[in-house]
Amino acid sequence: MSDTILDVKKLCVSYRGEGGYNHAVRNVSFTLGREKLGIVGESGSGKSTVGRALLRLLPTAEITADTLRFEELDVLKLREKEMLKVRGRRMSMILQDPKFSLNPIRRVGEQVSEAYLTHFKCTKAEARAKAISMLEAVQIRDCERVYDLYPHEVSGGMGQRIMIAMMLLTDPDLVIADEPTSALDVTVRLQVLNILDKLVSDRGIGLIMISHDLNLVRNFCDRVLIMYAGQVVESLKASELHLAQHPYTQGLLAAQPRIGGGRGRLSVLNRRPEWKEPIEVQA
Amino acid sequence: MKSVDIRNLSITLGHGAKAVKILPDVSFSVAKGECFGLVGESGSGKSTILRCMSLLLTQWDGKITIGGKDVRQMPLIERCRTLQMVFQDPYGSLHPRQSVRTVLHEPLRIHGMDNRQERMERAITEVGLPVDFLDRYPHQLSGGQRQRVAIARALILEPSVLLLDEPTSALDVSVQAEILNLLSDLRAKRGFTYIMVSHDLAVVDYMCDRFAVMQAGEIVEILDREALDGNKATKPYARQLIEASLEYDSAV
Repeated sequence: MSDTILDVKKLCVSYRGEGGYNHAVRNVSFTLGREKLGIVGESGSGKSTVGRALLRLLPTAEITADTLRFEELDVLKLREKEMLKVRGRRMSMILQDPKFSLNPIRRVGEQVSEAYLTHFKCTKAEARAKAISMLEAVQIRDCERVYDLYPHEVSGGMGQRIMIAMMLLTDPDLVIADEPTSALDVTVRLQVLNILDKLVSDRGIGLIMISHDLNLVRNFCDRVLIMYAGQVVESLKASELHLAQHPYTQGLLAAQPRIGGGRGRLSVLNRRPEWKEPIEVQA
Repeated sequence: MKSVDIRNLSITLGHGAKAVKILPDVSFSVAKGECFGLVGESGSGKSTILRCMSLLLTQWDGKITIGGKDVRQMPLIERCRTLQMVFQDPYGSLHPRQSVRTVLHEPLRIHGMDNRQERMERAITEVGLPVDFLDRYPHQLSGGQRQRVAIARALILEPSVLLLDEPTSALDVSVQAEILNLLSDLRAKRGFTYIMVSHDLAVVDYMCDRFAVMQAGEIVEILDREALDGNKATKPYARQLIEASLEYDSAV
């Protein structure tokens, strides 16, 4: 791949605990081009930690990697001051729940234009115009009015679209979406995903979608990494998810009830200790 | 086991000209031993109905009967032994400083039941946990284990109706499968009547015989489980909801 945005080799994240380090993420390697990559796993598998480590948002953790290259930058070697110019400008993150991620006492429009003001030299009026056109791009009707609303005055779906607008306003090259739709209803979820999909494909942004929802990842992403106990156990094309080899992936797929899937007992994961043994998957 | 009948359930807030009906007029009935689902968007009033049934909310009009008896006329003790509720988030619904033993012992003590140790052991084994878990605290349990304890707490008074308020939405798929299996085993064995709130139609399809689609406090349509496959709903909103779920679910 010529236009690799992100190249990660042997990423490890560990926290200092009682008597040594606890490894939250072990030897995760992958590359990302201008595509949509899903990271799936159960809670506690380390998927969100990977996302945060890429943005260096884990002040108490020790992050090591053979390579952690974002375009021309070596992320681990950057000083915090340089990191500030990358974070939110070239690499940004969409968080799970708009109710908790938007500042409740500031108007949503201001929060969107703040993203632009922080990284570009411009007047407030210009930033406002930028923000409003971005709100239009995420299909919010009546943007002028919405700009002046407070977070409690917008619905969950609209809040999440505002978050997307905020993160895409600076035209980043990499967006990490950490469970962007798990707080939304099914009907709204599809709308939000379609908007995100369109924007990401039109602008050629690399997207990492972190989710516990296999259906979402299967429908939305190009490739999928499956994580268990801090390691990537399998890497697959999203369209070939049903051909999964690793028993953990197969178990996850089988545990899911389906509409019209019958009433047989759902198969239950039989967790094996050997899944925690170190394995190397290159994606 | 008992049937449930809800007639003209409504909630009005405020007085006079400012009065707002947040739950206009809900009626449905559930046969004994049936599993009935309530689905809809957030804010459509699904959980509110369960809260009215269990009298966690008391400001409602209409009539709810369980096994032919009005819930309002039932004495508290009888009501608690007729219906029990399992809540959405096992991280919030168990007291962090009470051991599983305390959690299970309290209802037995209040209701003056005998053979307490034996009953506690039976309840905890029934939900598939080892007996020595009685001495654990919630922080020593995983999410799925906590939800099992919450189910054991509901079962220990031997109710006939279980109200399930999104019992698996806070859990991972793999753990969700375990809890759904447990719930359907219990129903097969003990013949409970379930009323289950969920926003996941795949879960509703797996568990329920019939379900009601709700929007803005009103029941849009009551459908059989078979109607999901191929989307046989007639009302536009129900069709839209099922279509969205099918689209999301399909792509296999």
